Amino acid sequence: MTTPKTTPTPAKIPVTVLTGYLGAGKTTLLNRILSEPHGKKYAVIVNEFGEIGIDNELIVNADEEVFEMNNGCICCTVRGDLVRIIDGLMRRKGRFDAIIVETTGLADPAPVAQTFFMDEAVGAKTKLDAVVTVADALWLKDRLKDAPEAKNQIAFADVILLNKTDLVSGEDLSELEARIRGINPYARLHRTERANVALDEVLGRNAFDLDRILDLEPQFLQKDDHDHDHDHHNDHSHHGHGAHDHHHHGGLKHYHDEDMQSVSIKTDKPLNPDKFFPWVQDLVATEGKDILRCKGILSFKDDPERFVFQGVHMILDGDHQRAWKDGEKRESRAVFIGRKLPIEKIRQGFESCIA
Amino acid sequence: MPNLLPLVPAEAGTQLLALDSRFRGNERRIHSSMSDITAPIPSLADRVRSVAAGAAVVGVHFFGSTPVFVLGEQELLFAAEAAEKRVAVHEGGILASVSDGERIVTGGDDGRLVATDAQGAHEVIATDTKRRWIDQVALAPDGALAWSSGKTAQVLTKGRTGKGELRSFEAPSTVAGLCFAPKGFRLAVAHYNGATLWFPNAAGAVPQMFEWKGSHLGVTLSPDGKFLVTSMQESALHGWRIADGQHMRMTGYSARVRSLSWTADGNFLATSGSEQLILWPFDGKDGPMRRQPQMLAPSQARVVAVACHPKQPVVAAGYSDGSVVLVRLDDGALIAARLADGQPVTALAWNFNGQVLAFGTEAGEAGVLTL
Repeated sequence: MTTPKTTPTPAKIPVTVLTGYLGAGKTTLLNRILSEPHGKKYAVIVNEFGEIGIDNELIVNADEEVFEMNNGCICCTVRGDLVRIIDGLMRRKGRFDAIIVETTGLADPAPVAQTFFMDEAVGAKTKLDAVVTVADALWLKDRLKDAPEAKNQIAFADVILLNKTDLVSGEDLSELEARIRGINPYARLHRTERANVALDEVLGRNAFDLDRILDLEPQFLQKDDHDHDHDHHNDHSHHGHGAHDHHHHGGLKHYHDEDMQSVSIKTDKPLNPDKFFPWVQDLVATEGKDILRCKGILSFKDDPERFVFQGVHMILDGDHQRAWKDGEKRESRAVFIGRKLPIEKIRQGFESCIA
Repeated sequence: MPNLLPLVPAEAGTQLLALDSRFRGNERRIHSSMSDITAPIPSLADRVRSVAAGAAVVGVHFFGSTPVFVLGEQELLFAAEAAEKRVAVHEGGILASVSDGERIVTGGDDGRLVATDAQGAHEVIATDTKRRWIDQVALAPDGALAWSSGKTAQVLTKGRTGKGELRSFEAPSTVAGLCFAPKGFRLAVAHYNGATLWFPNAAGAVPQMFEWKGSHLGVTLSPDGKFLVTSMQESALHGWRIADGQHMRMTGYSARVRSLSWTADGNFLATSGSEQLILWPFDGKDGPMRRQPQMLAPSQARVVAVACHPKQPVVAAGYSDGSVVLVRLDDGALIAARLADGQPVTALAWNFNGQVLAFGTEAGEAGVLTL
């Protein structure tokens, strides 16, 4: 056809996924998001009408309908209802700034996340912003024992709200944090009462944006003055309980969770891309069922640019991010969070990719 | 540059047809010779009457030769040449629309089903009590109406006098497509893991389910009533021969197939979803089984809307770059009806005698071409 006139690509609508076990405080957080005077409009996809007390014409009721793509591959499960609802919502774009998907308490966050990678139309118009998990400080310890869904939600999260902190002692909170860190050391963790967190700590996180993979240090090792978020302007003030997680590392006990672990591997030797790509693709193809999330920053031999990747189960996404800076340590690092991970196999495989 | 692609594990399940490999082979060949089609083609674009819809156009229908654009929110835009008129029919987004030339029926996210006539008079036919979206609508040749919200499909039969009767059907999962059979009173319902043919008038008749694993997002029946075809999440069509349930898989698309249209003679099913117009042959008793599709009008942009001419072997194809072309099926000759502007075509239809073509884009630009 003829050469198209250039039209700027419209910004993708960010989508925040709100998970949490039954009664943890998802709806409280949602109500706060909808009622605070932030001047933004949210389209909200919920699984139950009626709980939200806020009048919002863009609340959509969804039946969580997960299905398996490609004739039954469990790792390619997608929320079909989201595909349809986002199609429908995008007819009204301009009416809202972002979408929030509230899942049921027993939901696995993976199919929601995978929907954004597997459906081309959804992926073209919206982008996954972050998975936010609300955990009940009073009951989390029990749920981690008896509810695999609750553990999944913690492992999958980019942001965790340890809610209802007023109901437990400081000592118990520290232990809970340590348990959470044993499962997922990379999420941002906030202690909250009645889900009172600064909203920019849960929204606009860009956690799935390859360009935002800045470092892969476990969150509890970071210092207060070493904040790696540059996406908003007032982030550095310490609000409420939001920053508490940084204060307790000194005495943090280390918990090893038997089911769910994370493995972090790194090398300062450059990798061979011709070895790395087949290895990581084969790894997620064979172990993807148990790998919930993965992320990496890689330095390839004779490559002046950083390569970043991330994945959800068997789905991988990756690209060159930017040139390595002068004086920047050219280190390759990858983290995997998953269930009963073959840690030694992953470690050896990664090391075999050294150029 | 190395790049990681989404990994899609090899497909399990029965391989019923070998259409895929041929299709993909052809696709590649066409792509490699694509420079040819940048050559200028005859254009009627300067004869198009443009209509400023001002909002995303999500559908277009006709009353006679007057195009009526369905907008993404609230309104129908009656775009007669003499005067334009906007009629607000929903309090919110319009999710689905269908017309038989006598009325336009729309479903909205306000939970309402609304019928609008040629004068713009409209009435609410049904309201979902929970204000759930009404996102699928269909009209039968006899004027019966079907719609769905969630898992429930409902049919309002055409009463000889007064109101018809209301029947309802519970699908196993959310209804994602509805279509009446061209003859006989049957409704095809697309859902997870297949599609179901339901006979709303035959009390006690067991709905006939055609199974195929996956999410089926749209449904159509061939004009001769012999084939049931669904569009799937996996950028493929699935078909069944109704008589014996024989499967046919039509794959090789680069995107989900969102637009389906049967040629006037019923011999071909024109589809979007690829960087060319794809036409599957349905003229024999085996449909497209063991046959190749026709592939016409290749472009760098993707076909996103198709509309077969109601009389002639001509198909209008709308692309993701905003271009619209008329494609003559006999020889693949092309005439431009709209030039690319980067805005995906989201509505495309002929009027009933095939003399007027109307189209609209996501950006709210619409056009009318009278031949």
